[in-house]
Amino acid sequence: MLKVTNLKKSFNGRQILDGINFTVKDGEILCIVGPSGAGKTTILRCLTGMEQADSGEFSLDDKPFDPAKDSQRIFGVVFQDFNLFPNLSVKENITLAPTLVKKISQETADAQAAKLERQLDLTQVESQYPWQLSGGQKQRVAIARALAMKPQVLCYDEPTSALDPNLRDEVAEMILDLKKGGTTQLIITHDMDFAKKVADDLFTVKALEGQED
Amino acid sequence: MSLHYVSQILPSLFSGCGVTLSLFFWTLIGSLPLGILVSLGLTSKFSPLRWILGIYVWLMRGTPLLLQLIFVFYGLPIVGIVFQRYNAAVFAFILNYAAYFAEIFRGGFQSIDTGQYEAARMLGLSYPQTLRKIVIPQVVKIVIPSIGNEVINLVKDSSLVYVIGLGDLLRAGNVATSRDVTLVPLVLVALMYLIMIAICTWGLQKVEKRYSYFK
Repeated sequence: MLKVTNLKKSFNGRQILDGINFTVKDGEILCIVGPSGAGKTTILRCLTGMEQADSGEFSLDDKPFDPAKDSQRIFGVVFQDFNLFPNLSVKENITLAPTLVKKISQETADAQAAKLERQLDLTQVESQYPWQLSGGQKQRVAIARALAMKPQVLCYDEPTSALDPNLRDEVAEMILDLKKGGTTQLIITHDMDFAKKVADDLFTVKALEGQED
Repeated sequence: MSLHYVSQILPSLFSGCGVTLSLFFWTLIGSLPLGILVSLGLTSKFSPLRWILGIYVWLMRGTPLLLQLIFVFYGLPIVGIVFQRYNAAVFAFILNYAAYFAEIFRGGFQSIDTGQYEAARMLGLSYPQTLRKIVIPQVVKIVIPSIGNEVINLVKDSSLVYVIGLGDLLRAGNVATSRDVTLVPLVLVALMYLIMIAICTWGLQKVEKRYSYFK
């Protein structure tokens, strides 16, 4: 279980997050919803160490962790714009980190990538480059790339916003499929309908005064 | 233009061409990696380093290469640093070209989206791994056209080494022209430069094509 307690963050003296508390249970999906500008993405960035929180406690299975040091071990992140590596093929995007960081052999990484590609319907495009892919395919590559590092929690930043609206159901289905496989997921979204479709639990962030767009 | 005359002067032109090519080669070998390192320094968060490298780039781009050659060969011995002619030329060219390359690479590095660094970091890649596997290949693709311009300039700039008494291609042609009172050697020199530039252009197109697999 992932637990965040009393997370606070301000930018240039302006309070963005004022004591955020939430938990994500193992194998479940928590959606963090709220209007744009309320600080949803900031929560994700603080949790994953991309921003330094002003204060807050973070724990996984009751063991405290430091996002700045431990986030790579715990989280996989699917970015809003996917941030795929354009100079690497789909397969290389998926196998790069396991071979470089976890030092597993190329053969093992390839086999693991092949499995993820089958699961996420990417086998046909494994030798293509990001510019040759559709938005939905890019997102699935981003998910495969994150899952290849076997994170304990998979996080998404606005998974529906860079995609055609008609792909929304497809994404929801994929997320629910991953849940069946036991993946714990944390989703940042402003899309309430989408959140209701996939979430086990909802956490609403309210914009602080003068903060809403 | 008699063929006999041409065959007489070609050996000295080829010898000058050898100096030009070797200077070209060693300058690139030295200045491209140095340019990348300087550009990383120019974009670093450590401000004294940025400041020092900024001055270096300003000096190198702000004074003529001809002057830098003179300073390296005739000026540095005053403070006890003595170079042979050829080494002085290579040293001055590397310093000068690295500054131009650094500015080109700096632009390249700054155009890489921060999301690329964040994605790499979240996957656990170290900074050197991120540079080597992700950032530098993308930067190289971006900077190839600008680097290509400088590479072509380098072929022609190499003729400045006459100022410290080195016998490059242009100097070989000049010597023959003065001695024989004919422009034929200089026409041949022009042809040889054109051939070298054509080969460079072809090589650069190959490199550009090699990087065209991604966008």
